[in-house]
Amino acid sequence: MAFIEAKGISKSFATASGSPRPILRDISLTVARGAFISIVGTMGSGKSTLLSILAGLITADSGTVVIDGEPVRGVRTDAAFVFQNYSLLPWFSALENVRLAVQAAFPGSSRATQTERARRALEQVGLGNAVSRRPGQLSGGMRQRVAIARAFATDPEVLFLDEPFGALDALTRETLQQDLLRLCSSVERPVTTVMITNSVEEAILLSDWIVPILPGPPSTLGMPIPVQLARPRTIAQLAHDEDATRVRAHVVATLTAALGGRSRRMSSKRGADSVAARALVEESR
Amino acid sequence: MKRLMHLLLPTVGVALALAAWWAASVMVPELPSPARTWQESKIYILEPLVKRGETDQGIALLAYYSLVRVAQGFLLGIVIGTPAGFLLGVSPLLTRMFDPLMQVMRPISPLAWLPLGLVLFQKSEPAALFAIAVCSMWPTIINTMMGVRAIPQDYWNVAKVLRLSRTTTFVKIIVPATLPYMFTGYRLSLGIAWLVIVASEMLTGAPGVGGFLWQEYNSLIYAHILLAIITIGVIGFVLDRLMGLAEARLRTA
Repeated sequence: MAFIEAKGISKSFATASGSPRPILRDISLTVARGAFISIVGTMGSGKSTLLSILAGLITADSGTVVIDGEPVRGVRTDAAFVFQNYSLLPWFSALENVRLAVQAAFPGSSRATQTERARRALEQVGLGNAVSRRPGQLSGGMRQRVAIARAFATDPEVLFLDEPFGALDALTRETLQQDLLRLCSSVERPVTTVMITNSVEEAILLSDWIVPILPGPPSTLGMPIPVQLARPRTIAQLAHDEDATRVRAHVVATLTAALGGRSRRMSSKRGADSVAARALVEESR
Repeated sequence: MKRLMHLLLPTVGVALALAAWWAASVMVPELPSPARTWQESKIYILEPLVKRGETDQGIALLAYYSLVRVAQGFLLGIVIGTPAGFLLGVSPLLTRMFDPLMQVMRPISPLAWLPLGLVLFQKSEPAALFAIAVCSMWPTIINTMMGVRAIPQDYWNVAKVLRLSRTTTFVKIIVPATLPYMFTGYRLSLGIAWLVIVASEMLTGAPGVGGFLWQEYNSLIYAHILLAIITIGVIGFVLDRLMGLAEARLRTA
């Protein structure tokens, strides 16, 4: 049964010259309850815009988003977010940052209960010793752990991840990816997750489905590609797995085909596009 | 060596200024020399808390009267200016409505506001507070407004994503994010308030450093004018340093 159902989403942004620039065109997407899907594409392909529309942060020009049977108008109470740039408040400690989310989600419960909940969420991401530290005193990886704790502290039904590991180094990234997998599967009820990323490898590691976003402008979505690999998965194991290799080839082929098509249409940008295509292929190896 | 230069260079600067003052006093006989100024003023400095008459008082007492007046006017200014800054910061509509008005009112001299205050309040004391508040609130308004506008999109995203109420967003995000800008505004406002106090005391004859300066000028005791000028400068410097310390604390926080 579809938990998230987007139909015919289009979005343009106003430009200085006056003529609106189309970003997304006629995008439809279905996500089953409890599934983890990744929308994969290059920079500037409108992934973030699409995620913001699905989450209700911004509205589309046309089309509808329905989550759990309700049309999306604004951010849902049962949704949580992780942004690439952490989005923590620097004047609050890690605990206060997480508690702010808990307070907003459970205004009825006592302060002690809220604090306890926030503390537990931080312990789950291994930050039990750093609860009183401020974001400025934490490394990038630890900050993103706080952001992940904040997202899970409210027991979300649906999780939106906007390139959550994009700002981290490779090693930190992998440990955080594993932590995220653990959190997504350890919660009693399944968390439906939509992640956007430019890393095919990350998408294969985490997702049930990969949806390539085909750069335009305006961008459209490719056919969803299933990732039917046994869990738990690790980066090391995926490097040699045959099924993983097939999925990787499929995703990269779809994306590069789209980039090639675009560079034929806009010959002036060919150089940049073929570089982008090559970068994607190399990154996915 | 570096430490020595740290002390030595300002001392040389002061010595040069004193030399220039002395040279000027040679050319203009009415201007008391530094030595004569000290001779005629030392009673005010050595007995800073003695009250001999309404304006003939120790320098600390005079400074105290001025500081109390400044504190009142400055507080009035920031009590009006801070909320105004927040409102202008969050509302582009209000900004467009009031921006031209602010640009016109900002450069008006305290000497121009004071008579209006006298007309409005009939008494010199509230008129002085009015002039201080009206002149000193602009940096507070403008800096608070800029601070709100400079809040990064990330923080607004937090408010949106966590579905924070308006009150919570204000208390937990807007105010902390704006605080350093606000204090820069307060610091500039206090500097202006101190400039205005002297002018308003001179015009209203209220007891204080500015009133003292004007009265001694009228009594032809020019050494005391110089005493008052130096006092005004030193107090202004100390006030600015104190606000600077408060500001620095907020920046690191």
